[in-house]
Amino acid sequence: MKLVCLSSNPSKPCFVLYFKGVTLMLDCGLDITQLQHFLPIPVVPGTQISKARSWTPGFEKKNKIGDAYQEVKECSGRLFIDGCFEMAIPELEIIDLSQIDAILISNSTCILALPYITEYTGFKGHVYTTEPALQVGRMYMEELVKYVERNPRTNIATKWKQEEVLMHLPAPLKDAVNTLKWKQCYTKHDIDSCLSKVTLIGFNQKMDIYGSVEATPVSSGYSLGSSNWVIKSTHEKVCYVSGTSTLTTHPKPMDQAPLRNSDVLILSCLTQTPLANPDTMIGEFCVNTAVTLKNGGNVLVPCYPSGVTYDLFECLSAHLEQCGLAGIPMYFLSPVSDSALAYSNIFAEWLSQSKQSKVYLPECPFPHAELQSQGRLKNFKSLHDMNLEVKTPCVVFAGHPSLRMGDVVHFVELWGKHSANTIIFTEPDFPYLEALGPFQPVAMRVCYCPIDTSLNFSQANKLIKDLRPLHLVVAESYTVPPIMASRRTDLVIDWEPSPFTYKHGQVLSLPVKRKFESVEIDSELAAKMEPVEVKAGSAITMITGSLNVRDNVYILKPLPKEVASGQKRSHDGFEVHKKSYIFGSPNIQTFVDVMTQQGISSIKVEDTGSGSIIHLPNDETLIQVDGDSTHIICEGDESIRVKIRDSLIKCLKRL
Amino acid sequence: MTELRVTPLGAGQDVGRSCILLTIGGKNVMLDCGMHMGYNDERRFPDFSYIARDGKLTEHLDCVIISHFHLDHCGALPYMTEMIGYDGPIYMTHPTKAICPILLEDMRKIAVDRKGETNFFTSDMIKTCMKKVIAVNLHQNIQVDDELEIKAYYAGHVLGAAMFEVRVGQQSVVYTGDYNMTPDRHLGAASIDKCRPDLLITESTYATTIRDSKRCRERDFLKKVHDCVEKGGKVLIPVFALGRAQELCILLETYWERMNLKVPIYFSLGLTEKANNYYKLFITWTSQKIKKTFVERNMFEFNHIKGFDRSYIENPGPMVVFATPGMLHAGLSLQIFKSWASNELNMVIMPGYCVAGTVGHKILNGQRKIEMENKHILDVKLSVQYMSFSAHADAKGIMTLIGQCEPKNVMLVHGEGGKMEFLKTKIEKEFNINCYMPANGETAEIETKHNIPVDISLNLLKRECSLTSSALEPPDAKRPCVLHGALVMKGNKLQLIDPAHAFRELGLEEHHLRFTCTVSIDEEGPVTQTVDKIYQLTKSKLKNYPVQYSNDGSITVSESVLIKVSGDEESKDILVSWSYQDEELGSYLLQILRTSLTT
Repeated sequence: MKLVCLSSNPSKPCFVLYFKGVTLMLDCGLDITQLQHFLPIPVVPGTQISKARSWTPGFEKKNKIGDAYQEVKECSGRLFIDGCFEMAIPELEIIDLSQIDAILISNSTCILALPYITEYTGFKGHVYTTEPALQVGRMYMEELVKYVERNPRTNIATKWKQEEVLMHLPAPLKDAVNTLKWKQCYTKHDIDSCLSKVTLIGFNQKMDIYGSVEATPVSSGYSLGSSNWVIKSTHEKVCYVSGTSTLTTHPKPMDQAPLRNSDVLILSCLTQTPLANPDTMIGEFCVNTAVTLKNGGNVLVPCYPSGVTYDLFECLSAHLEQCGLAGIPMYFLSPVSDSALAYSNIFAEWLSQSKQSKVYLPECPFPHAELQSQGRLKNFKSLHDMNLEVKTPCVVFAGHPSLRMGDVVHFVELWGKHSANTIIFTEPDFPYLEALGPFQPVAMRVCYCPIDTSLNFSQANKLIKDLRPLHLVVAESYTVPPIMASRRTDLVIDWEPSPFTYKHGQVLSLPVKRKFESVEIDSELAAKMEPVEVKAGSAITMITGSLNVRDNVYILKPLPKEVASGQKRSHDGFEVHKKSYIFGSPNIQTFVDVMTQQGISSIKVEDTGSGSIIHLPNDETLIQVDGDSTHIICEGDESIRVKIRDSLIKCLKRL
Repeated sequence: MTELRVTPLGAGQDVGRSCILLTIGGKNVMLDCGMHMGYNDERRFPDFSYIARDGKLTEHLDCVIISHFHLDHCGALPYMTEMIGYDGPIYMTHPTKAICPILLEDMRKIAVDRKGETNFFTSDMIKTCMKKVIAVNLHQNIQVDDELEIKAYYAGHVLGAAMFEVRVGQQSVVYTGDYNMTPDRHLGAASIDKCRPDLLITESTYATTIRDSKRCRERDFLKKVHDCVEKGGKVLIPVFALGRAQELCILLETYWERMNLKVPIYFSLGLTEKANNYYKLFITWTSQKIKKTFVERNMFEFNHIKGFDRSYIENPGPMVVFATPGMLHAGLSLQIFKSWASNELNMVIMPGYCVAGTVGHKILNGQRKIEMENKHILDVKLSVQYMSFSAHADAKGIMTLIGQCEPKNVMLVHGEGGKMEFLKTKIEKEFNINCYMPANGETAEIETKHNIPVDISLNLLKRECSLTSSALEPPDAKRPCVLHGALVMKGNKLQLIDPAHAFRELGLEEHHLRFTCTVSIDEEGPVTQTVDKIYQLTKSKLKNYPVQYSNDGSITVSESVLIKVSGDEESKDILVSWSYQDEELGSYLLQILRTSLTT
């Protein structure tokens, strides 16, 4: 068994697992933290960002690389790439994608690199995921594409990536890794074509993969339709734990039992903010919002169109009501906001018990449906659609949380100048100070309330203890304390024996030794078996059959008739023969008696202490019997040998 | 080899009151628990005393599965769980769980409030009953207990309708409930994997029908409605709250919009409005097309269709009214029918099947004078139209489903005996499998044959396979590999392992038996020459066995056969020795040496 790690970010995982002759890709996450290096795409012209100037390094330019600096712009004292956005896709070059049998997708955030694989490589396998993961994943992709294409940049910046240019650039640009492998964003057409290839699968549905293994998604409690995977053969079990949450939010709770007692447990997607408690953070988020609104300021929440955003709507609206601020409008801006709100209400089967029970009434499971009908929550496809409708003070939820694209860019520029306003960062994917970089200096209040519902280290350690895997595989970074809290030795995965660790581009061999395979005995053959009970509760029988393999399933069938009956013996006569076995030690006297009955005369027995030697002088034969072994040395006629043989077998147990 | 036992308590050569008992691998499963709409006495419920005389059903049943929310499939459920007594698990899909209690309550009201029946289940009983229900998703493998597993497939008949696969070990049965193999305006078509069950229990409502195209029927329906209202007539469409009603509403809504018609369309209030809400929330269970467009426009939000009030019955002028229930056996639809029946301008369109005994059934059979409760005779003058919108599979659809899942046996239920006969013959001929059609209370026993799964040690598997096929060639599918091993049974564990290993494990001491015989020949020349001759001879005779020279000048064949030559220039002794396992080979070889060397 082998595991290859293709992703550099354990929260945007991508693995390839080789198991029992089947090659599976586990997740297909897209790491977009590198977007921080790019200049934001402005929504309206004439802003600070569109005025950013080309960078002039403090030393003399060499001609060779001079125009490379045209691609680098200076903005608020930092450097950014002015060019088409590029994505850091998983490391696909180290594997043969045409050999992948299936891709298992855990949740809507782990599907974002899928079009790069289905549309641009030789991949021809199956893709499995749940319906909500697909639909929400589609929204994320469409939003991304829409933002990138809305005000398209035409120039593809490549020159700055040259080694000699890169080394002269200041950090953090200098530290950008694998820049040459970055790819441009896919298109709407790619998304449609890619997602049409996905096969939908429900929780606890057993999906057979080439008869060799069975993959089952089980609820992981992280987002709508999010799953962990149990990959099983008859005798081995591998569990893949991706984005998982044990907190009570809107999705169906995590299902832990199916993950127990595996041979291998692969763990990814732990919290990106181990120092923040999501419950406390959501409380702070609500309080900070209410305080700002009371003081007449506006609140900006950079967000994704689904996931925790639903919980933010729910918690915030309840809190505002309590504070007497129910009249404050909430605006939700995303090209996919219509779908995000509509879909959330039709996935009852994938929701927590309390939300699910609402549809039996029948009411919408999420309160945002009611907030919409009351006009407290309004959604728009873009800034241009909302125009005159904005009432201030208000709360605006808008993408993209990287602050490099989407309508949020406009609001940062618009509201950033006033200290009464607040921007609250809740998405853990991007470091908030870097996100704000190109907009600095901002006068607005900046709050950081990261809400990551993924497992934290203590939850993960508790989970592993409960699941008791034989081998544990975790990201290398999970075995050392996080950089920002290097003394917190509790913020690591703690497991004895020490776990296997993966990192970007690494191939791990996992010590899963298979001992058994499963085979079916044909009913006709089975009917002929005559098991002998040799010990209480244990029986044994010898079996000979022809082994057939079809679709990776072994079936033991009766031998073909002509072979078994010997009618059509092949050229050497022994193509097939049934073996039989004899047991125990013969009683010498009985043996002699039986031989006598067979017409063998003149039998002389000589005791040797450990056994006997029997002479048959008339037949030139000597028989050495020594407990569990007998040697018949027969110089006489073949018929005599057969007689002695059959006599002995009568005195022994036979199978 | 074990058998399946199936006993219909209802729906055996009959439509209505579906309730089928299945015994599979020692587990008892009840498939549906319906009531018969045509009866008002105890015959409307299945005879549960068949399961247990003392009424303690829980210990005799491992689970109950409900296929969809129609009352002929779930109507007896509260009666069974609360009035007879059953506390075990009940499975149904989410939409069924949501809608079923509403229909049960609706029926209860008609039975108790209107007909004044006593000894009927109460509202509280419906609630307690529904608490025992476990909602399932499509395609989810659900473990009822360690051995019993069920899985739901999309059936398309009504919102949330499902077919269920029931599996115990190797044995499996698929029960279709009611299903529809052609997608309609709001639901998709039924579909199932090639799961090769031992038995497929399928409904056969339309066993002999092959329906004309759906589009024609729709056009026909719209034309009839349009003609009637144009002449100033009123159109009554008795429907069940959920299902056909929504499909016909979508149909009329788009037609009205296109033709710019102003004649009012009404929908009997309460239940149906709520019903549309269910459709909106469970839109994942509707057809692909509706799912695709629901974000822009939810198809179940109707602009032309308004709520109905009882006072509108006597309103003058044309109108179209959807009213419940669908078989004209009680409630608003019957009330409207009574007051409109005498006018020949009016029309009633029956969009679905009606069970015997209901007013709907009577008028469809052409009865023009109908006796009502108090000996009052109703004269039926309005036009009666039957439109089969009922979403059942027709004969072709049933055959398609059989082709999809490839069962080893088929059983027909939920249909009329005579029609079943026809379909049975057709199935047996076309698929060459047995087809059963037990009547109510009759038990069908079906033998099943299965391979026995065992664990085989990987060592044995690899060794035996490499013995018979050379490592260089890929395994040849046509030339089977012969496998020999010891099957060890310990408790429930079956392991196929290497014989020697098995003997060690079980503490069996194998008796080592060896034979040694000598062939003496007079042959001149060095010993090595004779050895070489024997080697060539053996090799040519035993092509499929490994024949090898050993260092000490002896020859080994296969695992245990040993040939040693000794002697001088003139005569040689050839010693042949083999173990009991190679007895056949050894004695054969001895015979060859004797005949070919000594003559």
